[in-house]
Amino acid sequence: MTVISSEAKRGGTPAHGDFVFNQPRVPSGRRRKHILPGFHLTLGFTLFYLSAIVLVPLLALLLKTVTPNADYPDLSKVVRHVFDVATDLRSLDSYRLSFGLSFVAALINGFFGFIAAWTLIRYKFPGKKIVDALVDLPFAMPTSVAGLALTQIFSKHGGYIGQVLFNWFGWQISYTSWGILIALTFIGFPFVVRTLQPVMATLAAEAEEAAACLGANRWQTFRRVILPAVYPALLTGVMLAFGRAVGEYGSIVFISGNIPYLTEITPHLIIMKLEEYDYVGAAGLGLVMLLMSFFIVAAINLLQHFVIHRRRLA
Amino acid sequence: MRRATADNWLVRYLLIGIVFAFIFIFLVFPVCVILIEALHNGFGFYWDTLCAEHSLTAIRLTLLVALAVVPLNTLFGISAAWAVTHFQFRGKALLISLIEIPLWVSPVIGGLVFALIFGRQGWLGTWLDTHGIQIIFAYPGIVLGTAFVTFPFVARGLIPLMQSQGKAEEEAALTLGANGWQLFWRVTFPKIKWGVLYGMILCNARAMGEFGAVSVLAGSVEDRITVPLQIEQYYLGLDQGMPRAFALASILLFLSVVTLAIKVGLEWRRLAHNIIRTH
Repeated sequence: MTVISSEAKRGGTPAHGDFVFNQPRVPSGRRRKHILPGFHLTLGFTLFYLSAIVLVPLLALLLKTVTPNADYPDLSKVVRHVFDVATDLRSLDSYRLSFGLSFVAALINGFFGFIAAWTLIRYKFPGKKIVDALVDLPFAMPTSVAGLALTQIFSKHGGYIGQVLFNWFGWQISYTSWGILIALTFIGFPFVVRTLQPVMATLAAEAEEAAACLGANRWQTFRRVILPAVYPALLTGVMLAFGRAVGEYGSIVFISGNIPYLTEITPHLIIMKLEEYDYVGAAGLGLVMLLMSFFIVAAINLLQHFVIHRRRLA
Repeated sequence: MRRATADNWLVRYLLIGIVFAFIFIFLVFPVCVILIEALHNGFGFYWDTLCAEHSLTAIRLTLLVALAVVPLNTLFGISAAWAVTHFQFRGKALLISLIEIPLWVSPVIGGLVFALIFGRQGWLGTWLDTHGIQIIFAYPGIVLGTAFVTFPFVARGLIPLMQSQGKAEEEAALTLGANGWQLFWRVTFPKIKWGVLYGMILCNARAMGEFGAVSVLAGSVEDRITVPLQIEQYYLGLDQGMPRAFALASILLFLSVVTLAIKVGLEWRRLAHNIIRTH
């Protein structure tokens, strides 16, 4: 039986004779809410720094696309200009290139990342720890350095691989969209592997053994048992790689050649707009990229939510 | 007989072969190429390039930027992790999502936003101009852009670490009469120091190698560019551009290899969580 006096309910000390049993302490006033010190200090600094470095600057970008200035004296003209820049043929080509190639690169990473994660989790082979460590290299290496190296490797003039491909097949990699694809594949690789590894490590061996007992061959087991279990993680990894590739600039600027309409990615176009002092146009393109990133993040979160929900049902 | 969870040897060797080929072409080969190209004109040329006026100015600026950005973001990371993991408050999930924004946003946008505020046509441009304060194309602008791009690195590593450690020990220290500073330095910090180091190292590597944000904010003024931008300048230059660019790039390569070694060391000792994760 639980008897709580009205005094104890308000958080005061129970009077003599009150029988308190497993009752959560009711906080009295603001001071008791946070037991550990530093709530206002840490949260205050966190919010201040977050606002100063991230939120206010992003807000400034949004406002720039709707604020009249000397060149565009009223709202309709500003919005008109933002719209014109965002739907300009050169911009549309750059979106197609940025998003299309990022998507293809993410798929390539999905394929090779899956194999790499599977190999690292399931097999024993010499050099495994080194391979595992190297997976993070694109994350640790400055993108411009990676871009420079890839440009050199795939250049048709004296590049180690590029020259061979050009002389034998007539293929040109550096300064074409193929080069961009290679650079985007490079930077996205760790995301797929690192998302898949923990999920693959927790796969139940019993399910595979049961499938084998029921007469499934290895391929059937893979398709019907393993793939469905790791599919959400694979999709998440691919989307992370995609999200990362869309905004990439440092490695692309060297290898793409930045030819308008052909090999110019959206971030490069933003820098071109800034160099032309078209701040409103640059802000407009920035807004398009922000919205796209927002949709990618929302999709990943939905996916995670769906996966957790399904696991709870199962 | 083969175990039910094991693959055919042919599949096994094929997959291992593919992984090695992929890792070699995409990861090992570029590293070798940087070293080979850097020493293309001999060691003397390599050393001269590194000691050239342009390289030294760029290296100095890059170090100064990292010196400002890494402590700021570390302070933020620790304070954000403390607030998020030790207290319940409304909007906590939103706060964590907001911290991660810079991971999703293109680095160029990280530079663009500050250009829109402090640039000549920006919000504060005229005011700054009349007062003779320069932010864009100068040190403060580069610091801001770099801080934006590396913003979540320490926080994102520390939050899961401190969450898994709980707050029981802090509460115990509190009942024993510790004050806030004693609590942090004697109880919390010893538990999270490796996580802090891990975050700082990643933050530093990214800060020193940042290209997109800085190329918006640093412009092309010769004594106001960082190492990655100086690499681009060498690359575009006509006089032995490639070997010079690769020579300077080899410094950043060295930095990233050291970063990777420390990162892997900390992860193998399970002192830190991998930063690339979804939960």
